[in-house]
Amino acid sequence: MFKAFLIKYGEIGIKGKNRHLFEDALVHQIKYALKPVEGEFLITKEQGRIYIEAQSEFDYEETVESLQHVFGIVGICPMVVNEDQGFEQLAADVTDYLNNRYPNKKKTFKVHTRRARKNYPMSSMEVNAALGEKILQAFPEMTVDVHTPDILVNVEIRAKIHIYSEVIPGPGGMPVGTNGKGMLLLSGGIDSPVAGYMVAKRGVKIDAVYFHAPPYTSERAKQKVVDLAKLVAKYTGPIYLKVVNFTEIQMYIYEQCPHEELTIIMRRYMMRIAEHFAEETGSLGLITGESIGQVASQTMQSLAATNEVCHMPVYRPLIGFDKQEIVAVSEKIGTYETSILPYEDCCTIFVAKHPVTKPSLKVIRRSELRLKEKIDQMVQTAIETAETIVVQ
Amino acid sequence: MEVYFDNSATTRCSDGATAKMIQVLSEDYGNPSSLHGKGMEGEQYIKDASTKIAKTMKINPTELIFTSGGTESNNLAILGGAMANKRSGRHLITTKIEHPAVAAPMKFLEEQGFSVTYLNVDQDGMISLEELLEAVTPETILVSIMYVNNEIGAVEPIAEAAKVIKEKNPGVLFHVDAIQAYGKYLIYPKKLGIDLMSVSGHKIHGPKGSGFLYVKEKTKLKPIIYGGGQQRNLRSGTENVPAIAGLGQAAWEAYEDLPAKQEHLYQLKQTLLQGLSDVDWAHINGRTGTDSAPHIVSLSVDGVRSEVLLHALEERKIYVSAGSACSSNKPAPSATLKAIGVKRDYLDSTVRISFSAENTLQEVEYCLTNLKELVPMLQRFTRH
Repeated sequence: MFKAFLIKYGEIGIKGKNRHLFEDALVHQIKYALKPVEGEFLITKEQGRIYIEAQSEFDYEETVESLQHVFGIVGICPMVVNEDQGFEQLAADVTDYLNNRYPNKKKTFKVHTRRARKNYPMSSMEVNAALGEKILQAFPEMTVDVHTPDILVNVEIRAKIHIYSEVIPGPGGMPVGTNGKGMLLLSGGIDSPVAGYMVAKRGVKIDAVYFHAPPYTSERAKQKVVDLAKLVAKYTGPIYLKVVNFTEIQMYIYEQCPHEELTIIMRRYMMRIAEHFAEETGSLGLITGESIGQVASQTMQSLAATNEVCHMPVYRPLIGFDKQEIVAVSEKIGTYETSILPYEDCCTIFVAKHPVTKPSLKVIRRSELRLKEKIDQMVQTAIETAETIVVQ
Repeated sequence: MEVYFDNSATTRCSDGATAKMIQVLSEDYGNPSSLHGKGMEGEQYIKDASTKIAKTMKINPTELIFTSGGTESNNLAILGGAMANKRSGRHLITTKIEHPAVAAPMKFLEEQGFSVTYLNVDQDGMISLEELLEAVTPETILVSIMYVNNEIGAVEPIAEAAKVIKEKNPGVLFHVDAIQAYGKYLIYPKKLGIDLMSVSGHKIHGPKGSGFLYVKEKTKLKPIIYGGGQQRNLRSGTENVPAIAGLGQAAWEAYEDLPAKQEHLYQLKQTLLQGLSDVDWAHINGRTGTDSAPHIVSLSVDGVRSEVLLHALEERKIYVSAGSACSSNKPAPSATLKAIGVKRDYLDSTVRISFSAENTLQEVEYCLTNLKELVPMLQRFTRH
């Protein structure tokens, strides 16, 4: 029965003179999201609203699901669109709509009319009252509640007449691409895809880097990261994923430095390499899935130690989250099942039994001096040999 | 050089089997149940395969049920055997080193109120006939023992076990999971005293999704799949004719020149073992002589995790498996290795190397060279 959707967007409505930029970005993202969906759609901006009209047969479920992946959308309202054929026809359309949509009629309702086409013969208030009466006649079980109705029947009188009552929640946030670009350090775990999602939700385009350590990490571990990137890309659009071969660096650190410092030093080099790619490709910050105290390398001291090597801001959207909260988001966005596949990543493979939890910067810096003979060349090689995968 | 040493996981489909299958898939595709000539053609392929396979085992072609593979054959034998005989008793016996395709249906039967005795094995993976004798009771309806263990290549005393079982309780069904044994040994179920025997096609250069269960005449068995009543009502569903044709061909080829192939496999195995005898980091699990399977070597390596070694070998195009490929997607310690008392440190450091008659001595040498080069390198990076 639905042929069109009204897209509600919250925050971007208040961006003053930049507003059209945000709206255009949202329209662009909607078009991108609907590209793989079966059907032809016309997307229009009109007086602070975005309409999607199906120009052909389309798959309703698939359309709604795709739209729920577009940041910036607060609500998706499936609409019935009819030609204006006078009030009697409108009343019939509205009662039909309610009859189909709500098999259980023991509900309260309110009619809310907007009259964008001012030459319509009745005022909004008149339409509200007249429609309310028709509905009560048609369904005696229904009652009016103007404050907190179960059903808010929206009638918009434009070139055509729009009827809708449902708001399917969208993901909120801001359209991707309105807030620059960030480089996500993506592992195969639960946290980093969520971190990417959360930053992207604020309108940031995402690139990613993954550190691969063959033969210690398997091809399947790498494939898992690509799969995770794909799931995140459903929200963010295409992700350029750099796959860095980290084995040599990791082994060199392992041989030269104290084992309990391995993870911290390793992460410092990951940050350095990630920052290199970020600069190269125009990212404005790094994004990680760290949360205070979750593991030894994420204590305040450890975070300070890894942070020290970065010049760019490092965004850690999960910093105050408990594991359970992170898991909840990852389940919501559909990355959890993939994240828990049991392939080891490079962070766990050489981990010391008792890694330092309060690394001192002085000590770490001194340990890193032991790497000076070869490390620059190794980092250079890792950067040069990195593989780029376009994930979409 | 590409070296495929994971033949106990699966094998290359032989050219002969592939050709047969293509012929059936694209030319002779009739449904054996159809009354017309095209259907007859299909039926002919099944008859032909049954005859070939029956000859390799000296059985009657009508004693074969074609299945989707080893797992289904084991399920049909165990679940179907238990269901058909539950009025005679509700006790089953198996071993602690069975493949999950036997262990899991056993566990399911336990949930259904049957009781199951799990026989211990010694450090070589061998069951004890005394323990078996003791376990058999008047309540026992089915015993399932694997012929060759898939992880360490232990060869169980099947004929002796059959004798022990039947002497104590002649009514007991004896099922043998021969998935790693068929095609490697001459197996005559009637002579051995086997009632039910499972075989998988893709372990013997046949196609995946093919297999059979030998069901001795007059054995009481219930189907586990119900439908159109094909295969004497024991396995409904249109016969997978291409797979059956491929399986028949592969079975036939497997038994051509068997003694020569056996000798070749033992030679590969001995060369590998010999080559590893001068390093202190290699430990072989189970027996190593001709009293072990010719094609399976279970190798534990000091201080190197199996997954790491596997991927390192993979970079040199040598393909082996960590433990057993069928269960290695979920990294749980192997039940077989635990049961034979492998040291804790080795549970996670064991790879399985498994040959096919298509492998060569050069490939074994290549593998040895790489093992000796890689292991000391990988040992530098162990967990602490």
